Amino acid sequence: MSTLEIAIRGRRGSFELAVEFEAPLTGVTAIFGRSGSGKTTLLRALAGLERMRGRVVVGGRVWQDAGRFLPPEERLVGYVFQEAALLPHLSVRGNLAYARKRAKSQRVSPPQVVDWLGLHDLLDRMPSQLSGGERQRAALARALVRSPELLLMDEPLASLDLSARDAILGHLERLHDELAVPVLYVTHATDEVARLADRVAWIDQGRVRSVAAPEVLFAELEMGAALGDDAAAFVPARVLRHDDTYHLSELETAWGVLFVPRLTAVVGAPARIRIRARDVSIALGREHKTSILNVFAARVGELLPVSAAEVLVRLCCPAAPEQAVLARVTKKSADAMGLGDGLEVYACVKGVSVR
Amino acid sequence: MKAHVFSWILWLAAVAAGCSRPPSEADTNRALGPVRLAVASNFAGTAEQLARAFEQQHPGAKVEVSAGASGKLYAQISHGAPFHIFLSADVERPQKLASEGHAVASSRVHYALGRLVLVGSAMKAGLDGASVLKQGNFKHLSIANPKTAPYGVAAQQVLTKLGLWEQLEPRLVRGENITQAYQFVTSGGAELGFVALSSVLKDKGPRWEVPPAFHAPIQQDAVLLTPGTKHALADDFMAFLESAEAKTMIRAAGYGTE
Amino acid sequence: MQPAAFASDGQAVLLTLRLAGVVTLALLGIGTPLALWLAFGRSRLRVVVEAIVALPLVLPPTVLGFYLLVLLGPRGPVGGCWEALGGERLVFSFTGLVIGSVVYSLPFVVQPLANGFRSIDRRVLEAAATLGARRFDRFLTVILPLSRNGLLTAVTLGFAHTVGEFGVVLMLGGNIPGRTQVLSIAVYDHVEAIEYGQAHVLSAGMLAFSFTVLLGVYLTTRRFDVVGP
Repeated sequence: MSTLEIAIRGRRGSFELAVEFEAPLTGVTAIFGRSGSGKTTLLRALAGLERMRGRVVVGGRVWQDAGRFLPPEERLVGYVFQEAALLPHLSVRGNLAYARKRAKSQRVSPPQVVDWLGLHDLLDRMPSQLSGGERQRAALARALVRSPELLLMDEPLASLDLSARDAILGHLERLHDELAVPVLYVTHATDEVARLADRVAWIDQGRVRSVAAPEVLFAELEMGAALGDDAAAFVPARVLRHDDTYHLSELETAWGVLFVPRLTAVVGAPARIRIRARDVSIALGREHKTSILNVFAARVGELLPVSAAEVLVRLCCPAAPEQAVLARVTKKSADAMGLGDGLEVYACVKGVSVR
Repeated sequence: MKAHVFSWILWLAAVAAGCSRPPSEADTNRALGPVRLAVASNFAGTAEQLARAFEQQHPGAKVEVSAGASGKLYAQISHGAPFHIFLSADVERPQKLASEGHAVASSRVHYALGRLVLVGSAMKAGLDGASVLKQGNFKHLSIANPKTAPYGVAAQQVLTKLGLWEQLEPRLVRGENITQAYQFVTSGGAELGFVALSSVLKDKGPRWEVPPAFHAPIQQDAVLLTPGTKHALADDFMAFLESAEAKTMIRAAGYGTE
Repeated sequence: MQPAAFASDGQAVLLTLRLAGVVTLALLGIGTPLALWLAFGRSRLRVVVEAIVALPLVLPPTVLGFYLLVLLGPRGPVGGCWEALGGERLVFSFTGLVIGSVVYSLPFVVQPLANGFRSIDRRVLEAAATLGARRFDRFLTVILPLSRNGLLTAVTLGFAHTVGEFGVVLMLGGNIPGRTQVLSIAVYDHVEAIEYGQAHVLSAGMLAFSFTVLLGVYLTTRRFDVVGP
C-alpha cells in the first residue's frame, strides 16, 4: 500500500522541528496547528525547500535519507504557496506551460485544469492583474499540471477574503473526485479541516502529537484545550429530509436526529457538522421546557480544566462510543451536578454549523 | 577685588609693550607670506633644495613648491592660479605665458639644462649605449612622450640621429613625463629607457650619458608670473636662481647650467 | 590640425570602444557567477568578498594602476610567471589593459547584477524549483528575465566606466598608438601639448556618446518597470 513516511529533524533559527509520522498516500491529510507550530517548515522540508536531517519516503520512493537528498526539482511534488508565487513575467497560460514543459508525466493536462478551475478568462492575464483568489486558482492549476505524486498546499486560503475562500474550498472538495492526487494540506483553520481532511496530523511546537480522523482528533480534550474558544467537535451526518414549513433540515447522526437551518444539499447527501464546545450545555434530565431543539443522551467521559473557572467535558455517544462532543461548562456547575466518568446526562446543543 | 585684577592686567600690558622691539627683516619677510613656485615635476626635488637654501639666506621667508606637468601648470596659470614663479621643463610654455600677458617677458631665465641618459636592465657595464640600441636585445624602450615633454623630443632626436627611429618606434612606450618614463624602467616593464640624469644620479647601475650634441638642448626656463610682481621676495628668488650657489646645487642635481 | 592627428585620434576612439567591449564581456562572464553567489549563497565569506569587490570604488585609480604595474610587470608575481610560461608581456599591452580595466570596473558590474538578483522574490525561484526547473534552467528562465534592469545597468556602467578610465591606463599602458593609447590619454596629451581645439573635439564627442547611451538605457529600463510583479 502506498504510504508517506516522514522522520525528520532540524533547526530553523531557535525553532526545532522533530517530526515523525506515517500516513496513507490517498485523499487529503491535513497538517493542523497554531502559527509557529512548524507546519510550514514541515511542508517545505517535505518539498526539499528546507534541508533537514532524516528520512522521507513517498510511495516507496526515497526522497531523502542519510545518504541522499533529492532537491525539489527532482521530487515529483506540486507546491501551492500561501501567496501563489506565480512567475511574474509570464501570463497564466505561460505559467501553466512552464509546468507542463517540465512535467515528467502528462497525466493532468492544462485544458483539463483550466476547465475544472474556470480559468478561461484569465489565461492571457499577467499575475499582477489578478485578484488574490484568481492567483490561488492559477497556482493550484499550475501545481496540478506538474502531474505530481504529492500535492503540498501551504495555507492556500489564508490571504483570501470569505467569498474567494469559499469558492476555492468548493474546488478543493471535489479535488480527489476529479484527480487522484494525494494532498498534504497545511492550515490553522478548523473549518478547512472539517471540509477537506480525511485525516489530520496535529503539530505543536515542532512535534506531531497525533494523527487521526478529524472527528476523533477534535473530540480529544487536549485538542479542545489547545483550541481554546474555537474548540469544536465534528459529527458525521446524512441529510434525512427537509422541513419547508419551518425552513429546517433534519440530519441523521449516531446521536439521533439533528435540526439545522435549511440546507441546499439533497436528501441522502453526507455532511459534517461542527459543534462548538461553548454551544453545548449539559442537563441532568431531559428538559422539555426549553427552546433548544437539539438535545441528546450522552455519557460523560473525562474532564479537563481549561481556565480558572471553566472545565471541558468530553461527552460520548451512547450508540457509538468512538464519537464524542466537547462541552465547556463552569467548574461550579460541574461540581454541583457531580459530573464524573460514566454519568449519563443530556447534551443540549444551541447552535451548529454544517458543511 | 575687581580693581586689583584690572590693575594687574594693565601692568602686564605695559610690560609687554615695553618688551616689543622694532620690526626686523625676518618679521617683514614673514609678513609677506610664502613665495609660491610652480615647478615641472622632474625638477621638483631640486626645487625643494633651492627653496630651503633661499629660506636660509632670507630669514623669515617661506617658499612653497607645487610640482606638476608643465602643460597642466601652464593651463592653471593662464586661468589665474596664484603662483608667483614658474619653473618649466621647456622654453615654449614660459614664452607663451609671457606673450599672453600672464608673465613678465623680461624676467625669463634659463635656469637649467636637461641631461639625457640611457639606463635599464639591458645596459651592460662598458657597453656604449648606441650599440645596445643597435643590437636591439630588448622588448620595450621607454621615453617621455615627445608630444608633451621636451625630454621626449630629445630622445626622438637621438634615435633619429642614430638612424634607429624607424626600427625602434614600434617598441616605444611613452611615459607622460620623464619621471614616468623612468618608472617604466624601474618596474622592469621596459628593459631600456631614456631618462633624466637627475633621476639616476645616485644609481650605481651602468648608463650611457647621451652626448649633448645628439639632440637640441633641453632648455628649462623660469619666468616671473603676474602675481609675483606684487611679492617683494619673488624678484629675489629669480635673482637667486642665477646665483653661483644655486647653480652649484643645480649642477649637483644632474643638470647643466649656462 | 593635420590629417595625421585625426587619424591617431580615430585610432584612439576605436581602441577605446574595443577595450570597453572586451572588458564588458569579460566582466559579464566573471561577474555573473560572482553576483549569483553574493545574492543567493549562504557562506559567511560573502561579506568579505563583497568588500573586496567594492575596493576599486574607493581606491584612487593611480594607486590601483601602480599596484597592477607591479603585479603584472615582468618582475611581478603574476607577470613574471606569465612570461616564464611563454606569455606576452602584460604591461604595455592590450591584454594588460583588459586585466587592469576588469579589476577597476568590477564593482560597477557586480553590484548592479547582485542587487538585481537580490530583488527577485525567493519564493518565485522556489516555485520554479518545485515545478521541476533545475539550477541552470532557473537561471535562464526566471533569474535573467526578472533581473533585466540590473543586467542592463551592469553592462552600461561597465562599458561607460571603462571608456572613461584614465589613471589605470596611464600607469599600465605606455601610451602606444593602436594598442594602449585610449581616448582619455589622447585628450590628456592634447591638453598637455596645448592643442585645445583637438581636446575639445574629442571630449565633446565622448560626452555626446556617453549621454546618448545613458539616455537610451534609462528610457529602456523605464519601460521594463511597467512589467513589475
